[in-house]
Amino acid sequence: MSGTQTINLNVNGEAVSRTVDARRNLVDFLREDLQLTGSHVGCEHGVCGACTVRVNGEIVRGCLVLAVQADGAEVETIEGISDSGEIADLQKAFHERNALQCGFCTPGMLLTAADLLKTDPGADRDAIRDHLSGNYCRCTGYQAIVDAIEAVGGERSSSSPT
Amino acid sequence: MKPAPFEFVRAASMDEVFATFEQYGDDALILAGGQSMMPMLNMRLASPKILVDINHVAELDGISLTGGALRIGALTRHRDLGSSADVARHAPLLQLAVPHIAHPAIRNRGTFGGSISHADPAAELPACAIASDATINVAGANGDRAIAAADYFLGIFDTALELGEVLVSVDIPSIGATERVAFAELARRRGDYAMTGLAAKATVEGNTLGNLRLVFFAIADRPLVASETMAALEGVDYSLETVTAIENALAADLQDAIGDLHTPVETKRHLARVLVGRVLAQLVGGEGR
Repeated sequence: MSGTQTINLNVNGEAVSRTVDARRNLVDFLREDLQLTGSHVGCEHGVCGACTVRVNGEIVRGCLVLAVQADGAEVETIEGISDSGEIADLQKAFHERNALQCGFCTPGMLLTAADLLKTDPGADRDAIRDHLSGNYCRCTGYQAIVDAIEAVGGERSSSSPT
Repeated sequence: MKPAPFEFVRAASMDEVFATFEQYGDDALILAGGQSMMPMLNMRLASPKILVDINHVAELDGISLTGGALRIGALTRHRDLGSSADVARHAPLLQLAVPHIAHPAIRNRGTFGGSISHADPAAELPACAIASDATINVAGANGDRAIAAADYFLGIFDTALELGEVLVSVDIPSIGATERVAFAELARRRGDYAMTGLAAKATVEGNTLGNLRLVFFAIADRPLVASETMAALEGVDYSLETVTAIENALAADLQDAIGDLHTPVETKRHLARVLVGRVLAQLVGGEGR
């Protein structure tokens, strides 16, 4: 019971141990303490989705989870799932279709898109927009983002063994 | 936009939660899913001395059938509420509501108990709890008690929970063979807070409605039970004219409605009428469950 705690967790496949302030949220921990600055800090109250990361395989708001709550968890960030190649097709499609301009929302968009396509690669445009509803983009108007995700979903559906 | 400093304890048992409240009183706050608490901390609307994380208290988790009711543990995530076969079968109203609760990343963390005890007047699940005739089970250092959902919500962010009490689970009576439920919500964007919403349950035989529950949210300081409208609809053979026929009753129910920053009260009253029409059509037409 203290204002600081030592946490042990796995971040992008590597064991990490740090002592953190209890009030430190997960995305600030990743950015400030681990220098993983791919996850962005936007609204800091759960509205914009720029801080989206994975905890134990599920997407969460990095600003609405405390670092101390990630003790014992497996955390994955945009850096991890970029390096693993898991979302290479999504990144390529975003690039080709100009599905980003300033790029601030892109890490969160990619993590959310990957989350949808993992369970529903055949998701239609409505389902894509529904799943992305918690991720704000102020540049693209979303159309190109939905196009990119729809295209990758189609590719994955047709190339997966039946 | 960073929380003020606080101490933190990851509680392993209810006793540990009670002990923290014993020591800190109202300087302690419970952290469950955190999807409402964390924004309040980040904006310093709440500045507790200590945060009690209940995410690892095993007895607060899980969904089970007990007698004729589905017992839903406080820590049940919205996502699990939406995907549970037991919830779909025994408490389908909750499942209808889940897709309207915020966004996927928030539903992965947010909890049923958190939503009920936070008592945001715009939240879906408190209205569903009342419409389902749910019972709220709470525990405290001095013992346990059960509170009818209809008596639980006292105002904006205010409930019948006493200091030091913890919401443990919610019992939802299993839906009957002739009972149907329906849910409708109007929001500016998907996942936004409702402008107005309505949760409903009724027995439906042919087109005849009985034992109606109509509970609005995002239109008053707590879920609003439309008791005049419910009475006016009792035993009524539903038709398209029904909505016009109950207008006076609905107006009486919505007399104390309140608007918010984005939606004036006149708009809310109009939307409420629209929702009654939709929900009755769902109940009778079979789009509800």
